[in-house]
Amino acid sequence: MKNVIGRNIPEYINGIGKVEPFLGAWEKLKKGWMDEITVPPPNKAKLPHQCKSCMDLKTAIEKTNPHDGMTVSFHHHLRSGDNILVMTIDILAQMGIKDITLASSSLNNSHDSLLKYLKDGTITKIWTSGLRGELGKAVSEGVLDVPVTIHSHGGRVRAIHTGKIQIDLAVIAASAADEEGNATGAHGKSAFGSMGYARIDSRYAKQVIIVTDNMVEYPCTPTSIQQHYVDYVVKVDSIGDASKIATGTTRITKSPMDLRIAKLAADVIENSGMFTEGFSFQVGAGGASLAVAKFIREKMKKSGVKGSFLLGGVTSYGVDMLNEGLFRAIFDVQSFDAAVSSSILKNRNHIEISSGYYANPYNCGCMTNKLDIVVLGALEIDTDFNVNVITGADGIIRGASGGHSDTASGANLTVVVCPSFRGRIPIIKKRVHTIVTPGETVDVLVTERGICVNPKKPELEESLIKAGLKIKKIEDLQKEVEGITGVEKPIEFTDKIVGIVEYRDGTIIDVIKQVKNAN
Amino acid sequence: MQIVKKAQAGSFESSDIMVLVEPSEKPGRYIEIDSSVDIQFGEQIEYAINRKLDELQVIDIHLIAKDKGALNLTICARVETAVKRAAGVQKGFIP
Repeated sequence: MKNVIGRNIPEYINGIGKVEPFLGAWEKLKKGWMDEITVPPPNKAKLPHQCKSCMDLKTAIEKTNPHDGMTVSFHHHLRSGDNILVMTIDILAQMGIKDITLASSSLNNSHDSLLKYLKDGTITKIWTSGLRGELGKAVSEGVLDVPVTIHSHGGRVRAIHTGKIQIDLAVIAASAADEEGNATGAHGKSAFGSMGYARIDSRYAKQVIIVTDNMVEYPCTPTSIQQHYVDYVVKVDSIGDASKIATGTTRITKSPMDLRIAKLAADVIENSGMFTEGFSFQVGAGGASLAVAKFIREKMKKSGVKGSFLLGGVTSYGVDMLNEGLFRAIFDVQSFDAAVSSSILKNRNHIEISSGYYANPYNCGCMTNKLDIVVLGALEIDTDFNVNVITGADGIIRGASGGHSDTASGANLTVVVCPSFRGRIPIIKKRVHTIVTPGETVDVLVTERGICVNPKKPELEESLIKAGLKIKKIEDLQKEVEGITGVEKPIEFTDKIVGIVEYRDGTIIDVIKQVKNAN
Repeated sequence: MQIVKKAQAGSFESSDIMVLVEPSEKPGRYIEIDSSVDIQFGEQIEYAINRKLDELQVIDIHLIAKDKGALNLTICARVETAVKRAAGVQKGFIP
């Protein structure tokens, strides 16, 4: 069957079940309640002064009743410096556990060594926001029988609440913890900032293990993870490579093209009607999108306009804007550099939030719904403004859904910034390979070759034209770019589905097929 | 144009192409292309190189191209420069 944006979605997928097709960004949510029930979290009990400390991770895992077919979850706050995920799966594999469902909030290059477990049947299913490196390549080439499910950050919380993901064991890395399992990422030698994605796991997993390389005296504060959800606590030598977990401060790009795009995007924002006293704002941490913050900061200082809150993945750049009084608060679900951790610890207006509070569509109002302006990147965008952030030009999975569709859906003004082509590959296409974010939630595309406004927003186009900005039709820009790069020969795929892309409401927006002639 | 010696033009940067040329051992054109966009543009890259060699009237050549997504006009410029250097027509040095 075809879903509402014309993507072919099977009605049933082996290992996944019946498929609910995407209906439109707000179609399922607009009635105000959801038909899916909330699966109850487990009830547990401990006796007074019972000890939770285990001598090592293996001992703790042995206590949690590991079994074939179990679901194991992790957070990705350690980014590419993560040691804990691979360490845990190594232990489970040595115990001979098979058929594991891996439900990490995301996966990256630090998890490449899991590939052998995908091949030998240790891991047979994956839920994740992102997939890269060797794993992304192997999955795209069809290493697993059951397709990987790609979810958004908000969608993951919904999937756990509704029991689509039922976590047997959550292994949660923390940069500081106490003997009862109160834990945080805000301090310690491996500090990584917010633990936003791990909260839901601690609440819903049947068994919760906190792993830290920094046991502190009781109580460990702030209590990002709270002791009454934690079964066991383990001290290890290192939770990861500190140099890859958090690297100093994030610098604004020096690339002239990214800066040109960012400058144009800031002009769009300034003249959108949204750049007013009390506006809320989110930018991605990538080249051009973070650079937009630089220009917005200048415009705020010049005009005297003050914002209300910054949201999202937070960089030191956002922290600087908070400290300058340009925004009143930061809501931080994920921190990107070392400077952010100390701000979470010291500044009461820098608030750590859970991914449910951040972006879950199944609640009474996540923060993304309150966003005025978001600036997002793209791997590809098409003439219907649909955005791909998951598959590369060769059709191989090498990206992450993240908060892209959550924020695009929530914000009043969604700006996508990207170059019009990269290394000869057009970024603006007639049709993106994989849709993660539907075009109806994207308002403006800004490239170095021009600005395109979604025809659904004629008033916005009018005010931008009035401000003297040059607007192009997206179809014209697409043809212009194709004239420069030449027409691509299409990538070939088989009929095998290797990934499904969940929209934040749990419907399926697109599927990813197995690549045919992989390099 | 007659290729009389080894020469190169271009770089390994993204959106550029490194073109190495030398006299071929046997008569004819021997072209090896390695491209980051081979699947999408491999045929077009080979076509662009051949048309440029036609234009420069090169009949015998061994050409190795390492492409990182160069546009056609870049490809043509790099081929032309490499060929002219190899033919001794142009010296590619800034003293």
